[in-house]
Amino acid sequence: MKILTKWLRAYLPGLTVDAAQLAEDLTLRGIAVEGIYSLGEGKGTLYEMDITTNRVDAMNHYGIAREAAAIYGLKLPELNFALPAAKPAKTPFSVKIEAEDACGRFTARVLRDVTIGNSRDWFALAEIATYFGLLEQKMISNAVDATNFAWLAMGQPTHAFDLDKIEGGIIVRRARKGERLKTLDGVDRVLDASDLVVADHKKALGLAGVMGGWDTMITAETKNVLVEAAWFDPVAVRQTARRHGLHTDASHRFERGADFNAAPVASALVSAILLANGGWIDGELVDVRVAAAEERTARRKPIALQLSEVQRILGTTEDQEGITAATVEVVLTALGCGLAPPAVGQTFGQDSWQVSLPSWRLDLEREIDLIEEVARVYGYNRFANTLPAFGEGVRALPWAEKESTVRGTLLAAGFNEAIGSSFCSATEGAVTAPQPGQVVPLGNPLSEEAGVLRPSLVPGMLAMIAGNLNRDVGDVRLFELGTTFGGTTDKVEERPALGFGAVGSLPEESALHTSRAFEFYDIKGVVEQVLQRFEMRAMYFDRFPAESGLTPEWLHPYRAARAVADGVTVGWFGQLHPREATARKIKHTVLIGEIYLDRLYKLPLRRPIAREISRYQTVHRDFSLILGEGIAWETIDRAIGELQIPELADWRVREVFRDAKLGNGEYALLLGVTFQAQDRTLREEELQGFQARVVEAVGKAGARLRV
Amino acid sequence: MTNEAIPNLPEYNDAALDKAFAALEAQAREAAAGLDGDAAVEAFRLEWLGRKQGRLNEVSGRWLKSAPVDAKKALGVRFNALKELVEGLLVAAVGGGPSDATLKAEAIDITLPGTRRLIGAEHPITRTMNEIVQVFAALGYSVGVGPEVETDYYNFESMNFPPGHPARDTQDTLVVAGQDRKPLRDRLLLRTHTSPVQMRTMEQQPPPVRIVIPGKVHRNDAADATHSPIFHQVEGLCVDSNITFSDLKGTLDHAMKALFGSAVKTRFFPSFFPFTEPSADVQISCIFCGGKGCRKCKQSGWIELLGCGMVDPAVFAFAAEKQPAYDAKKISGFAFGMGVERIAMMKYGISEIGQFFAGDMRFLGQFA
Repeated sequence: MKILTKWLRAYLPGLTVDAAQLAEDLTLRGIAVEGIYSLGEGKGTLYEMDITTNRVDAMNHYGIAREAAAIYGLKLPELNFALPAAKPAKTPFSVKIEAEDACGRFTARVLRDVTIGNSRDWFALAEIATYFGLLEQKMISNAVDATNFAWLAMGQPTHAFDLDKIEGGIIVRRARKGERLKTLDGVDRVLDASDLVVADHKKALGLAGVMGGWDTMITAETKNVLVEAAWFDPVAVRQTARRHGLHTDASHRFERGADFNAAPVASALVSAILLANGGWIDGELVDVRVAAAEERTARRKPIALQLSEVQRILGTTEDQEGITAATVEVVLTALGCGLAPPAVGQTFGQDSWQVSLPSWRLDLEREIDLIEEVARVYGYNRFANTLPAFGEGVRALPWAEKESTVRGTLLAAGFNEAIGSSFCSATEGAVTAPQPGQVVPLGNPLSEEAGVLRPSLVPGMLAMIAGNLNRDVGDVRLFELGTTFGGTTDKVEERPALGFGAVGSLPEESALHTSRAFEFYDIKGVVEQVLQRFEMRAMYFDRFPAESGLTPEWLHPYRAARAVADGVTVGWFGQLHPREATARKIKHTVLIGEIYLDRLYKLPLRRPIAREISRYQTVHRDFSLILGEGIAWETIDRAIGELQIPELADWRVREVFRDAKLGNGEYALLLGVTFQAQDRTLREEELQGFQARVVEAVGKAGARLRV
Repeated sequence: MTNEAIPNLPEYNDAALDKAFAALEAQAREAAAGLDGDAAVEAFRLEWLGRKQGRLNEVSGRWLKSAPVDAKKALGVRFNALKELVEGLLVAAVGGGPSDATLKAEAIDITLPGTRRLIGAEHPITRTMNEIVQVFAALGYSVGVGPEVETDYYNFESMNFPPGHPARDTQDTLVVAGQDRKPLRDRLLLRTHTSPVQMRTMEQQPPPVRIVIPGKVHRNDAADATHSPIFHQVEGLCVDSNITFSDLKGTLDHAMKALFGSAVKTRFFPSFFPFTEPSADVQISCIFCGGKGCRKCKQSGWIELLGCGMVDPAVFAFAAEKQPAYDAKKISGFAFGMGVERIAMMKYGISEIGQFFAGDMRFLGQFA
């Protein structure tokens, strides 16, 4: 919205501050000036305003002049437009409000023998052309200019009808279903029973408070005019405007609450401008009011206000004196409130008031609203900066430490933290949902690709990986800690999850060594390290035959594993299914997984406990084993574990290799074993015994020693 | 090394022994003096202390064994002294290390880049959010969280957005499908701010309350340089028996100084939020130019950073439905909210909000 300082100064001749100071003072009081443009010598300054929606009263020149008057303690003259005396009407123009819930006031003034043409320089101010010029508002004709001028001056929508096109009188009513109306924008509209219209005795003339009608608009031939200035209910106007997809100046104002008392003033202003080109007033102003609407707006009950409450909410000021009764009275009076002593019988004691509310400030309804006005006009920045005392302890979220442990583990493993989209496509949702079918669609998605709430972090992770590859970033290691969504559209369940993905090389940057590609076992290591941060009795990994359908569809069925902690599935990871890779045009091997943190977080974090480190010598022995392809490491591992030899300190795979020289369907595995006792140096014959038991156990498990 | 073979001893008297051992000592010292490099040291060790062909072994074999019984002690003492000397020489040779020439031959190019074990980077949003939370933790604020999918009641109604309120127009909300047949207050939507957690917290506990609420929020916004349908907020709520507007000012002034440096100034001006009254927008003096005016602050010297206000009595009335202690006549409070992306963009010089959510390794890696 544009405001001219020249126009403001016309209302407030006593305003002496310069445009920059005025802009700052207004802004600091919530009447925000966003842009200041000097218009040149004698033309003042143009402000670009950004007024919050609750201050619709200040979206015009007079409203802002009122704010300035309050700030500087100036007297703002009332708006008053003298009109020539009306000739008595033979019969008063008929106005009837049928929809009393939706129209609170309707004024009509009949002007006859007017001349439609250029707006004349108009009364002493002679300012229409000047102001419009500075505002770059087009001059159209005196009828249109008059309503525009009333709008810019006081924010009151008005309308001028060609009186001779009106049949009978005015009726404000709800439209009849299927009724037709061509509005000023040239659109033929079919009306609904909820639409509010201004009609005559035969037909709808316009959408009340939104837009006038085509058939009754003023033309160059118009001789007689009906000037409408009314008050329509916010909800009724919003409904009508919405239904027709219209947003006009008029609907904007009425939707946010117009000034009930402004109608006669605006009517006089519009009439005065029109009459400057000739014509006369036929009859007195017809002014139909609905008492209930008036009581909700112009005749609201006064509000009780206490100085002690003002001080309780606002606190300390930098000024020693603080907020006084005088401050309250000066501020509220300047804003148009009436302050009276408290009603008889009320026991508020000193420094309290009954505050009557101005008709243009429908946003003022409660004591707190008045307290805000006091703070606002007094100046927010004149309040001190104080700190409240506190005595309670600070509580962290129960899972905060677990989350930061998981994050720390992934960061240390060289993964960057990412935040992906909360949405994915319905197809992706179906493929990745941990609970089949539990995918929650959005009612108004941003796009088809974002049609559902993500049931898994996998789609977002894949999108981010693909994004990197498309940008030629070949080494990707990302993780996300985020919410996944399940359940139904009736009850959405939210679960925390960890998603991770890797493509390319291990997280090492070296000028001298060739880096190794990230592989399944690397991502498995990350999963193991995450799980090991939690206290659990048993952790294992398994996989299922393809035909079982248990492996998530997004994983390669033979290069994927389920992670199980204390018997509970806590996640899946592995190589991305080639089908999914192809669908995303990814040619690289993607390793990806997801951990269900709601399940993992049920376990406590592992508290490290130190063990005595043995002072005695360790003995390492390697065994070269030959195994059938069907025998997994797990079998060997378990066989050795079951020996339960306390001196068997460690055993691990040192190498796996496949060689044509081996038997068909066989592979070799180098097993490294470490023996150590807590209390003695091991003797050779003891070691021989242990080794023999290891060889026997792995033999039973299906391995033979390579000779 | 060209030590002559160990001769047989002509006599076993003290003088003869002294002479023979002195000769050996001189040989050992001479041999040890020029030792250079591990191989030479090892050769010296073998030459003198080798178990089979070492000179000391030979001495022991030739002299000790054939010595008359009465001379064995004198010989043994001298032998041990010599062995000690040789061992000492060996230690000295090793301790002194190889010569500069040897070391020089092992020179490497230390200007080649180091091998880096890459550590991951915390996301700048996480980092900024934690920083904000820490600042308020020091002021006594606990952390509160709530669901990302909210009901209309918590997101709007209890935050004093009445049905049909124009403020709802400005928050274009993403909604869960299939809500139309439900009562308005039960309809599910993606929370548009973290404010619903204010109400959830007050329903759970009577005053005093001091919480900060970090979290993800969503709006039906088209993405551009500064808008994203996904973003993060940190909301704060402080309710007690005597909380004032000047407390709000002091708290946020302190927090902004903690976040952006003690030279930062704040200023407050009136704004409008349905759930606070009086409401304020807070500006900080421009952290780029110190308030003189620059491109970043559009020459104003100020940057708008957060919204805040005194909790609206209507919000307390909703809370009082479950916790009667929220009586607006007896308690008061303030709330504030800030956009994490905006703060992170300012702190780290990020120009596009979309970068936070693209997962670009090159972008994220900068925050390690």
